[in-house]
Amino acid sequence: MSAPDFSHDASRTARGTVFRYLFMLCALLSILTTVAIVLTLLVDAIDFFAQISVVDFLTGTRWSPTNDPIAFGVLPLISGTLVITIGSAMVALPIGLLTAIYLSEYASERRRAYLKPALEVLAGVPTVVYGYFALVYVTPALDTFLPLSTFNALSASIMVGIMIIPMVSSISEDAMSAVPDSLRQASYGLGATKYTVSTSVVVPAALSGIFSSFILALSRAIGETMIVAIAAGQTPRLADVTDPAGLFLNSIQTMTAAMVQIGTGDIVGQGVAYKSLFAVGLTLFVITFIMNLVSEFVASRYREVYR
Amino acid sequence: MAADTQDAPDAGFGQVSRTKDVAFRVLALAATLLGIVSLAALLANVAVDAVGWLDWQFLTNPPHPDPYAAGYFPALVGSIAIMLLIALITFPLGVGAAVYLEEYADDGYLTKFIQLNIANLAGVPSVVYGLLGLGLFVGLLNLGYGTVLVAGFTVSLLILPIVIISAQEAIRSVPDSQRQASYGMGATKWQTIRNVVLPRAMPGIMTGTILALGRAIGETAPLIMIAAPTTVFGIPNSLFSKVSAMPLQIYNWASYPETEFQYGVVAAGVVTLLVVLLTINSIAIVIRNRYQ
Repeated sequence: MSAPDFSHDASRTARGTVFRYLFMLCALLSILTTVAIVLTLLVDAIDFFAQISVVDFLTGTRWSPTNDPIAFGVLPLISGTLVITIGSAMVALPIGLLTAIYLSEYASERRRAYLKPALEVLAGVPTVVYGYFALVYVTPALDTFLPLSTFNALSASIMVGIMIIPMVSSISEDAMSAVPDSLRQASYGLGATKYTVSTSVVVPAALSGIFSSFILALSRAIGETMIVAIAAGQTPRLADVTDPAGLFLNSIQTMTAAMVQIGTGDIVGQGVAYKSLFAVGLTLFVITFIMNLVSEFVASRYREVYR
Repeated sequence: MAADTQDAPDAGFGQVSRTKDVAFRVLALAATLLGIVSLAALLANVAVDAVGWLDWQFLTNPPHPDPYAAGYFPALVGSIAIMLLIALITFPLGVGAAVYLEEYADDGYLTKFIQLNIANLAGVPSVVYGLLGLGLFVGLLNLGYGTVLVAGFTVSLLILPIVIISAQEAIRSVPDSQRQASYGMGATKWQTIRNVVLPRAMPGIMTGTILALGRAIGETAPLIMIAAPTTVFGIPNSLFSKVSAMPLQIYNWASYPETEFQYGVVAAGVVTLLVVLLTINSIAIVIRNRYQ
């Protein structure tokens, strides 16, 4: 929207121009932030890769940055991250999707008005609090019927899952609300029940938005730090696919938890372990950045279809 | 609902699909309530555990290895100090960026790129922002490990995208007719923004910023990365003091094995943090309701 410019008063126009560029700088700061993130990660990561080869880092199966023999294979951390991501996905995706269907198709206006903010609270609780909950309430509760370690992937996954439910439900619900009512009416006209309309018409029509919410939620689970650092422990362990139950019952270590471990250790300085922080951070950044981009791309498709 | 099922005269197709319909409705409602109910149960647990531990002495004492003498004061003050600094930084920058994107920018590629970039920044893990703070503010600018200034800058960059996005929504909701009226009276673009758009959008901008500050107060991982101490015994007296924060203190206490810490002191810390968070969010809601 461009303003009709009737002003011939030079000082007024000049002041407007100054503010225009001032505001533009604020907006450009966001691009500068991205550049700064990439540069800070790259500079130290390159230093790290001068000492440890990229191939060893990406294919090594042992992560031991401080204890002899020192090893910097990132695979155990990635597999630990995967365990948490899969675990939390099994909690958050079905619950979040059902929640979105309920809010969009079944709930009355009044019920939505208090259920939605109540759900948002789930995402607003500090993650350090969730981590503490997982450690002192969830683990002992599960321990009564499961052979759990004090630190384990299961309680951490459940907590991460609960935290990301609103991310799935609110974006999915937006997508479902964007489905035109004429599609629902047509289906009702054919004698369909609400169940059929929801699952066979609304969900398929909103699929790209739902997928986008899934990817975004998983990206959040991958980057989640405090819950896994407190409740999942610090045992870098390469996933053993023949024993999936064991993976969840025992302590693991994710990329983020490894970063916290190094960050809280006494390795402040310029050693290899300190530099490895940035190599892991770069790996994490690249994975989540790609997922966020894909999510944005997928979401932009449904916006175009039903505009 | 049950009556509906019985009323169906043809017991075949109609009844089956009706039953399925009701079952699905109940399932969806149960799923919706599941997260809320589990969180409520956990909150009830922690509130009960905090009883007897959360008292005046806990709020005004420094940390102590003896659980009965342990206090939260430096962490509480540290969190508030960091939050004030964050508010001072993110409010002008966030509003400025939002004004540019909503009022000045055209629909060109640069704008789309900035917009996409902001959306992406909102999804960058907070621990990565911690590394940014460590590399940029501690390493390059040498502002010191774990100081108030570095903590404030780092978390500001982290919540800036959220502040920008919510400020944009607030500005977008100002009706266009009001801008046109202002232009019609001969006002310049800047005068229109200052006298018409910003005053109308301010409640929305304030609400978004305060909610983002609530998020900032719970952030832990970035503070760990910039090497903020998990325990400090005094309150910060300059921008270059080392500072702790409530979530860091919780993280530290949660690693103590004693039951008195696990189910007493930490619970009191968690409840205090949540009460502060709740207060902040209530302020945001009050502002929103007053001006709606």
